[in-house]
Amino acid sequence: MWRWFHRLASPPHLYRTAGALTPWFAFAAAILIGYGLVDGLAFAPPDYQQGDAFRIIYVHAPSAWLSLFGYTAMAVAGAIALIWRIKVGYAVAAAAAPIGASFTLSALVTGSLWGRPMWGTYWAWDPRLTSELILLFLYFGVISLRKAFEDPGRGDRASALLGIVGVVNVPIVHFSVYWWNSLHQGGTVMRLGKPEMPGSMLWPLLAMLAGFMCFFGAVLCVRVRAEILTRERQSTWVREVVAA
Amino acid sequence: MIRGGFWAMGGYARFVWPSIGFAVAVLLWNIWSARRHHARALVRVRRAIQMARSEES
Amino acid sequence: MNARESGVGVARGIWLVLGRELRLGFRRPDQLLQPLMFFLIVTTLFPLALSPLSALLRAMAPGVLWVAALLSSLLSMETLFKADADDGTLEQLALSSQPLGAIVVAKTVAHWLVSGAALVAMSPLVATALAVPPKALPTMLASLALGTLTLSWLGAIGAGLTVGLRRGGVLLSLIVLPLAMPLLIFGASATDRAIGGENPAGALYFLAALCVFTTSLGPLAASAALRITLE
Repeated sequence: MWRWFHRLASPPHLYRTAGALTPWFAFAAAILIGYGLVDGLAFAPPDYQQGDAFRIIYVHAPSAWLSLFGYTAMAVAGAIALIWRIKVGYAVAAAAAPIGASFTLSALVTGSLWGRPMWGTYWAWDPRLTSELILLFLYFGVISLRKAFEDPGRGDRASALLGIVGVVNVPIVHFSVYWWNSLHQGGTVMRLGKPEMPGSMLWPLLAMLAGFMCFFGAVLCVRVRAEILTRERQSTWVREVVAA
Repeated sequence: MIRGGFWAMGGYARFVWPSIGFAVAVLLWNIWSARRHHARALVRVRRAIQMARSEES
Repeated sequence: MNARESGVGVARGIWLVLGRELRLGFRRPDQLLQPLMFFLIVTTLFPLALSPLSALLRAMAPGVLWVAALLSSLLSMETLFKADADDGTLEQLALSSQPLGAIVVAKTVAHWLVSGAALVAMSPLVATALAVPPKALPTMLASLALGTLTLSWLGAIGAGLTVGLRRGGVLLSLIVLPLAMPLLIFGASATDRAIGGENPAGALYFLAALCVFTTSLGPLAASAALRITLE
């Protein structure tokens, strides 16, 4: 396990591993998302309360899941890079940030389109919506901090540190769902909860969740490869790989 | 299942289809942007190789 | 490690830097007063823009006070490490026998004493002008005191991360504001509850917990940030 981890920390090895994994992730993602969309949109029964509007869950929940997973992955990669001075960690963190930010935006937009028919408004200052918006701002901060430095190494380290500091904030904003509601009157009650779903609704959702995870893996692999190429462009192994 | 009924989404078509569309657009953007990054990185490396060669000669 | 050789302990070192910072702060009174005037002016804008009805003012007072406090302390945060980084003092301090964390603690506490505490001291005046009843003032003072100290720590992290940048001010806000949002939620709700005659203890406890949390981890994070940007 430890040796495996160490080998993965070497840029050429990670570059090759990511390249080998990409088609598998992409293939699994295509199958799972394709099945989930068709089954979820066409064949799953409509919800007895929400009718067909509930079908938005098939893109909303996986997006929201990836928005949190992407941030955590980014922060963990940054922490590994900072603590053990493993440089490819910065490449992974830099690759994960834009993917996570895009899915945060997707979760916000699809959630807002779901909110209109259900609560009668596109946007409510509900804790969960607000915390997701804060997550988007955290992503923006991390991405722009990396770009603000002329020295890329310094930008990497600074944004990794900010990512770690921000991850402390994620559970705080997340749990404020309960605190804020109990303190503030008149908050919109979310009816998303965790209803007991019949299997015909649940299977496409699980497929979409797994499919989005695989999609994240595939895109992350391609981006990590691009980051490694750019960062290591002076090294001989990159030149051999590209010239071949 | 009637075709019209499917696209109408029980009257929620206005909300269901744009949100599916947006999510699919995000997926496609991710694919496009990752591939573009990779292509640009390759161009950069090739340029670095060429510069190194021209310095040698 | 080297502290014993040079004969200056950590506590004494913090005390010395704190004294220096406070003397410097009071020698430049305009820098001290500007954020306070900003606070005053921003809070004045709201009654002018919305309505001078005292019922409305009272309803929005907690939010206005907190947003103004947030913005004005952010404004002064940019200068926390700037002058010392520009003239090289910070690097000298970082190379000295004192741990960088101790220097960060001294500078941040001094900064809070000069800007945050002054803001807290001035807030009853502004709150009264916004028709906040006197019975809510103790809660408001307590929440602002805890909140501005927490903000100082968050700001120290942000200032440490952006100190080397030419246009760090906007980026500093972009970094610190999302982190400060939970603070705003609980600070405003504590004041709001006190105005409404309810028990604000829950929100105040949470602010205190945030304050303790940032005070214990803030120096670590801020000195790590400085080490990244200074090296």
